Amino acid sequence: MFQVRIHGRGGQGVVTGAEMLSIAAFLEGKHAQAFPSFGSERTGAPVVAFCRIDSKEIRLREPIMAPDAIIIQDPTLLHQVDVFQGLKDEGYVLINTAKSFDDLDIGEVAARLRPERHACVPATEIALKHLGRPLPNAVLLGAFAGLAGQISLPAVVSAIRDKFSGKVAEGNIAAATAAFEQVRGQLGRLAPAGSSTPQGPGASPAPAAKAQESAAPSPFAPLVAPGPAAPGPAASYPDRAQATHSQEVR
Amino acid sequence: MALKQIEGSHGVAEAVALCRPEVICAYPISPQTHIVEGLGEMVKAGDLNAEFINVESEFAAMSVAIGASAAGARTYTATASQGLLFMVEAVYNAAGLGLPIVMTVANRAIGAPINIWNDHSDSMSQRDCGWLQLFAETNQEALDLHIQAFKIAEELSLPVMVCMDGFILTHAYERLDVPDQERVDNFLPPFEPRQVLDPAAPLSIGAMVGPEAYTEVRYLAHLKQRRALDLIPRVAAEFKAMFGRESGGLIRPYRLEGARTAVVALGSVLGTIKDTVDELRDAGHPIGVLGITSFRPFPLEAARYALRDVERVIVVEKCFAIGVGGVVAIDVRLALDGTGQPVRTLVAGLGGRAITRDSLSRAFLRGMADQLEAMTFLDLDQALVERVLERERLVRRSGPAAEAILREVGAIAAKIV
Repeated sequence: MFQVRIHGRGGQGVVTGAEMLSIAAFLEGKHAQAFPSFGSERTGAPVVAFCRIDSKEIRLREPIMAPDAIIIQDPTLLHQVDVFQGLKDEGYVLINTAKSFDDLDIGEVAARLRPERHACVPATEIALKHLGRPLPNAVLLGAFAGLAGQISLPAVVSAIRDKFSGKVAEGNIAAATAAFEQVRGQLGRLAPAGSSTPQGPGASPAPAAKAQESAAPSPFAPLVAPGPAAPGPAASYPDRAQATHSQEVR
Repeated sequence: MALKQIEGSHGVAEAVALCRPEVICAYPISPQTHIVEGLGEMVKAGDLNAEFINVESEFAAMSVAIGASAAGARTYTATASQGLLFMVEAVYNAAGLGLPIVMTVANRAIGAPINIWNDHSDSMSQRDCGWLQLFAETNQEALDLHIQAFKIAEELSLPVMVCMDGFILTHAYERLDVPDQERVDNFLPPFEPRQVLDPAAPLSIGAMVGPEAYTEVRYLAHLKQRRALDLIPRVAAEFKAMFGRESGGLIRPYRLEGARTAVVALGSVLGTIKDTVDELRDAGHPIGVLGITSFRPFPLEAARYALRDVERVIVVEKCFAIGVGGVVAIDVRLALDGTGQPVRTLVAGLGGRAITRDSLSRAFLRGMADQLEAMTFLDLDQALVERVLERERLVRRSGPAAEAILREVGAIAAKIV
């Protein structure tokens, strides 16, 4: 089971982000369970949403306390909420920010993670550029597809089309694709140098042992352009699932 | 059939629509709202040919449901928490009149203190109102139970509540198998009412009954509920034959073979309990689970038989009777009358408190060692309670208890669990 926790603020589409992530996983033939933390959903208040992904039926209903991946939609939460609670050393962290982990004063978090498993993406800026609104949720899912490899970009694109239509869908898809490519670019710069290259100015160099471990998993699969990612009309899921499978990038 | 990754509420809305209800009335209240919103959208778009009646309160919702059902219409409504309490007088009337209304209760705590999160206090408060109460373990079962509920209700001429955990199920996105219309039509024939208000054949429904016959009318209601004990499994078997999956029924045993301890529970917490029991079984502990799907009528004999070989029973309840103890545990004790098997109550998940595998596992281990008291509150912050009690001892005007506890807890936003 792969468990994702998304932190953000009311109004940033945190819950919708988790729901779209579950739809993307579903479209790739997996079982997925997305649910909100049911906090007071006021605009600006800290919000948490969860998504579990597995190859078999998911029965567990507890909140995700030891996530495999954490997506932070709002870096101002870093010193207000214990967003990294339960994070595993082999986990993934994706933060919506134009800064680096060191700039955010969380260099020690980056230091204990594998270098190819954490990334910063300016998702709000990317959303403003492509969508015209500061909504980072779908953008971060594109980046997450680039980082963690649990879901493909075409599946994210289909999930966006499931939730949105028209210009909003197209803007989100363009933004998610841009974020995907940006993360792949970051990882690509990391890989040829033996995985020990710092990820941004000030990022901590990774220990050699971790760099060796990182050769095994697949985040460096060849990047295939998502292409015309709209797999047909949005009426029937099984059809879309097949369409998505046929153009999977990995 | 179509596999969809959708919210539980929308899955239930689709299931209800497939049952071709003729009248839908409801008043919005979290966490039920998305269900009737979904149905409202279908009616407005012309996809569902039903009368969607906006009412001014839950009391009106049930009153309209009573009128519609008495006029021979297949009738649906949904509510939760304070909404259910507000409609209580009409809820009892619907059962007493024998009207086959189906209602979703998106289980939520009741106030004060106000709390929008999940537990079973709302539907448990209506334990004795005469409605059947079926509890869904998953969103798939919630969807399936609604289709079965109309069939059961109309066969018995009794109303049925389908209880699903608020937020935990209603707001969860999961894979759902939504049946096709043709199969649902084959499974659920058009509504043939046993009693109907018809101007062509005038009659009265709801007569006053005095001491000369009231006992017999109530006894008949009891008899009909007990007859549901035969009908509910039969409908579940028909459902399985038509749709190919297990849903509904009276009880659902899980890994009870060889178990010396059984955990009894209702609703979505069964998933977490089963995962916990799997871990304990892997570690060599003989423990199993009995899920109760039909809480009303309570399957006394089926539960007694399923639990015949265990040495002790732990009932996990998202509700309790203040001043007494567990609610479900009372029925389990009745089912085990004379066997000497001890029954322990574990109160958990009140007002949305997360029920975790870790906490359940620790409690079950204590239970297996006969170290649980008759009633235990899972993850109770005893020190917090002591501080508030101490303050009440010291200060005469100690103020409202809920606010005092909140002050003691301090900032809550920073906690994930």
